[in-house]
Amino acid sequence: MTVTSDLGNEWQLTPPLSTRLRGMFGATVKAAKRDIVLGVSISLLLLGLFLAVFGPTLARTDYERTDPVNRMLPPSAEHWFGTDNWGRDVFDRTIVGTRLSFLVGFSVTLISTVIGVAIALVISYFRILDAIMMRFVDGFLAFPTILLALALISLIGPSIGNVIIALSITATAGKIRLVRGAVLSLRESTYVEAARAVGVPVPRILMLHVLPNIVSIIIVQATFTLASAILAEASLSFLGAGVPEYVPSWGNIIATGQGYIQVGFHISFFPGLFLTVTVLAVVLIGDSIRDHLDPKLRGRLKTTTH
Amino acid sequence: MSYSPAATDNSVPILKVRELKVHFPVKRGLIFQRTVGVVKAVDGVDIEIKHGETLGLVGESGSGKTTLGRAVLRLNDTSGGSISYSGQDVLALRGGEMRRLRKNIGMVFQDPYGSLNPRMTVGNIVAEPMLVHKIFDNKLAIRNRVMELFDTVGLNRSMASRYPHEFSGGQRQRVGIARALASGPNILICDEPVSALDVSIQAQIISLFDRLKLEQQLTYLFIAHDLSVVRHVSDVVAVMYLGKIVEQGNADDIYRSPQHPYTQALLSAVPIPDPAVERKRSRTVLKGDIPSPLNPPSGCVFSPRCPIAEDRCFVEAPMSRTLSDGRRAACHKV
Repeated sequence: MTVTSDLGNEWQLTPPLSTRLRGMFGATVKAAKRDIVLGVSISLLLLGLFLAVFGPTLARTDYERTDPVNRMLPPSAEHWFGTDNWGRDVFDRTIVGTRLSFLVGFSVTLISTVIGVAIALVISYFRILDAIMMRFVDGFLAFPTILLALALISLIGPSIGNVIIALSITATAGKIRLVRGAVLSLRESTYVEAARAVGVPVPRILMLHVLPNIVSIIIVQATFTLASAILAEASLSFLGAGVPEYVPSWGNIIATGQGYIQVGFHISFFPGLFLTVTVLAVVLIGDSIRDHLDPKLRGRLKTTTH
Repeated sequence: MSYSPAATDNSVPILKVRELKVHFPVKRGLIFQRTVGVVKAVDGVDIEIKHGETLGLVGESGSGKTTLGRAVLRLNDTSGGSISYSGQDVLALRGGEMRRLRKNIGMVFQDPYGSLNPRMTVGNIVAEPMLVHKIFDNKLAIRNRVMELFDTVGLNRSMASRYPHEFSGGQRQRVGIARALASGPNILICDEPVSALDVSIQAQIISLFDRLKLEQQLTYLFIAHDLSVVRHVSDVVAVMYLGKIVEQGNADDIYRSPQHPYTQALLSAVPIPDPAVERKRSRTVLKGDIPSPLNPPSGCVFSPRCPIAEDRCFVEAPMSRTLSDGRRAACHKV
């Protein structure tokens, strides 16, 4: 037990949203300052978001226009990442492609997390619904993600929207399975039982007693989904089932460069580097969020130096 | 130790349990589940608690005392019998009515570590029953009541904004008690509330229960396996063995002259803090363990371990009979 005075830290039943958001922001900045890996990862992700928003504005050339005279140029002062087989600037195409990769990654993460968590919370309280739903989930999980996404896209046609839909479906199945398991085990915990004994209605139990205690699992899984959705979009585009070739996405550029990997590996290398760094940053952020969200760990991280 | 009963009419039991059965089916098989056995956790239990009284429920692990306590709050399903709370059929309650029951009956759990949500401040944990039952319509009133409850259970008001992991076991149990009191219940079900605590803390919590009983005219169903704790708090004691109540009656009578051989054995397991007496007295030591409730012995449930069992005990289950001093015991030989 630490005995410190709690001046300015008075208990409030429901602190206003602004206070809570400020608390979250403050905690993030503090954590990022203490943890250099987290700080760098957040900065890199913010940079990526910046490119995703302003990429097309920052591009110095028309990234879709071909220029056969200047094809396959190695990186130089003029073309930082060199040019591809059609003479298009790889740097411009890479930063423009950021938007698509981020759009797909974040959309899939958001959709699959919200839907997956909602379904998992509901079915965990209705046994019959649970039995039916889980057989569907098993069915979806039986297929490799990319294969299922390919099948779905060949069914509904290739477009950015359909890539998001296809990837969301497979990601949602995984989410349902994971969250359901966590909810089922939490439902038996003494504090959920204590809440029932007090007369707390089921929706409130789910929102206030179950959800906050699985939030770290959800966030870690979400960062994993974000990373794998960006990868999957790249894979689909690489396989030609994503967006058309002329639209730059990291996967598309890597696919283009693949044929010329021996004469000009820079075409695939730079978008590949962006992809790797983004995925790594996201995964590291998820890892560190999990550590910081656990109130038990939170105290320990403050006192121990590592 | 007995208490002066509350001013209310205490001849009518506030909680009455009749022939209560809680059976858990044991299922096997992956897809086509079949019931292969039944665990009779509670098997035909009668208890009643009068207003302002404390019923101490004792028995070793696996005797079904916790299940019985939970069944009163409908935390697990029952298989038969009836429970009535001030004349109301508890087992027939639905939705909103059941919530009202849970407002009137509080519960304190055994595990002070597991029973508090780690992501809620203890202030919010204590406030939750009031929010759920809409006891106050403004936040300030709830806040003041939480502060009052903190005072009542002996917690510092400034601790309300902390999380459960920042507290010691005894403090957490006080939070649990404050939560149980928050909705203003008449009955507290205490499920081994002190057995996870240090002995010195146990005494503090027990005296808190004593004080609450006087101040708030509470009725307790006090579940424990520590006989000295039960003796201290109870007016009436019920001894449970393998889902059945083997002896029930006035606490002083039972402690002075236990009638059922199981009660005798339990009491003789309590050490006497005087070496001379301890050396001289004859002890009844039970052999073996409590049998599996999946496969209870035929006849009297206690017969395989009973030191005085005779042929009849192995075939015929004894009925609970009322003895001359008003207590009830289920044994052929008393």
